[in-house]
Amino acid sequence: MHENEIRELARRIRIHALRMTSLGGSSHIGAVLSCADILAVLYGCILHLEPENPKAPNRDRFVLSKGHACAGVYAALAERGFFSIEKLDTHYKDGSDLCGHISHKVPGVEVSTGALGHGLPIACGMAYAAKLAGATHRVFALLSDGECDEGSVWEAALFAGHHGLDNLTVVVDYNRIQGIAAVGDVLELAPFADKWASFRWSVRETDGHNHAKLMAGLSTVPFTPGRPSCLLAHTTKGKGVSFMENTVLWHYRIPQGAEFKAALRALENHI
Amino acid sequence: MRDIFIQTLTRIATQRPEIVLLTGDLGFGVLTDFARRIPKQFVNMGVAEQNMTGFAAGLALEGHIVFTYSLGGFPTLRCLEQIRNDICYHEANVKIVTVGGGMSYGAVGASHHATEDLAILRSLPNMVVVSPGDHWETAEATQALLKHAGPAYLRLDKSAAPPTVRAGETFELGKARMIRDGSDVTLLATGGILGEAVHAGDLLAEHGVSCRILSVHTVKPLDSETLAAAARQTAGVVTIEEHALDGGLGGAVAEALLEAGAHPGFFLRFGLRACFSSVVGSQMYLRKVYALDADSIAERVLARLGSYSLSEDLETVAPTL
Repeated sequence: MHENEIRELARRIRIHALRMTSLGGSSHIGAVLSCADILAVLYGCILHLEPENPKAPNRDRFVLSKGHACAGVYAALAERGFFSIEKLDTHYKDGSDLCGHISHKVPGVEVSTGALGHGLPIACGMAYAAKLAGATHRVFALLSDGECDEGSVWEAALFAGHHGLDNLTVVVDYNRIQGIAAVGDVLELAPFADKWASFRWSVRETDGHNHAKLMAGLSTVPFTPGRPSCLLAHTTKGKGVSFMENTVLWHYRIPQGAEFKAALRALENHI
Repeated sequence: MRDIFIQTLTRIATQRPEIVLLTGDLGFGVLTDFARRIPKQFVNMGVAEQNMTGFAAGLALEGHIVFTYSLGGFPTLRCLEQIRNDICYHEANVKIVTVGGGMSYGAVGASHHATEDLAILRSLPNMVVVSPGDHWETAEATQALLKHAGPAYLRLDKSAAPPTVRAGETFELGKARMIRDGSDVTLLATGGILGEAVHAGDLLAEHGVSCRILSVHTVKPLDSETLAAAARQTAGVVTIEEHALDGGLGGAVAEALLEAGAHPGFFLRFGLRACFSSVVGSQMYLRKVYALDADSIAERVLARLGSYSLSEDLETVAPTL
């Protein structure tokens, strides 16, 4: 995909997610809008995937560790043809498999997460298995910043650094807002890049809404041979809807009524 | 049991490269041979059980058969959510192995006792829970779990019952083993404490009480059929475990018997009653302290039997017990 197509994919992911959270009555639209550009780049031009064969052995593995941003991944998978766009309307509804935290029952989804701090250990296992098998596919995990409060993230980071899992890439959606407060007011992560680097990761930072920069970063992994890669993507929670941006409120608030309409208008015009 | 387990696993794993053994930095000297012979299939994960367990799920989802190995409650309770979400929900082929079931590491302290693990692990969907009673069961269970493609918990005990296997006997997951047939009382045991059950059976025999002794090596799935038959055919059912009474073998048996409509004449549970063991002592010493040794078992069973004549027809005796 070219950059303009990525831009359109990101726009569509945002609109789908807004509709899904509104129709289904689910939370976390702010977290989806935060990582929509990262997802568009990953699903648009980084991940090697075969929608007609979701379990193709040589596919790249993607683990959404911030499982609450599932609406964005469901949307990306539908756009890539893993299932119909219409299915997205079932999100959060009785009898659907598109639940409010990502589910491995959905075609194209590797693992279920939702409890935070689970994705990176699993991704390490997948990357280690690829090394054992001499396979060339890669493993990507998308983490939230708030998630990095979890000790299990750092257990896995220590492991991946020690074992030099250079087929593993972490992207951190660094929007600086967690569940009910700002990261800086809860547990400051800065110096965040230094933390990963001190765990023997090769770290880069980028604008998590700039497609060209994200593409440039993610297409050059591993950043350093013999080391796992960490891309700290500086993002804005709620990106694309001015009244949702940088607010704690829209971590949980469900977009409905006038707010939904205003948000939809904003996203339709979002470049 | 630990050595039998690792010998069995090593022998098979050398032929099967998909088997991977992970340790949470425990097993000094014990895992050395495995690591030396098949280093690619061994990883010391460090003292990081959450990562070990999630990592195991990731490996298993890629086609490996993974064993996680640690002590006491470290590979279970410390990382319970990883077991539930990452292993059980994904039906990942991971076998969680603990050494130090019950109060095996008695004098080390309550932090190292595994005394709620059976209850907690058996509540997880897709989980098989195995607690062998002797060395033969340990070797057989290890092999059987390799054939079972899915999550399992293997609880190894420092103690082991004296050999109980009969010539030609086969082992089946989920199938209780008849160690000795008897007509008066059924003793059900899981884990190394099976040895106390067998000894208690001997002591009771001296008092003219005929015990049926069953090794319930698989706590989940439970062999409800065999247990219900025992409840119907003997006057009382006694459960024996080195584990909290809440939700362990006794709880599981009670659930199964009630559901089967097989109401035993009497029902006694031997286990830890809502306590942490803070007394210093060996496993055998602590069994005496908590009345889980053969003498205590025999004594309480005799007291429960009271003055009832066990030579009478059970059909007439059982309802009045």
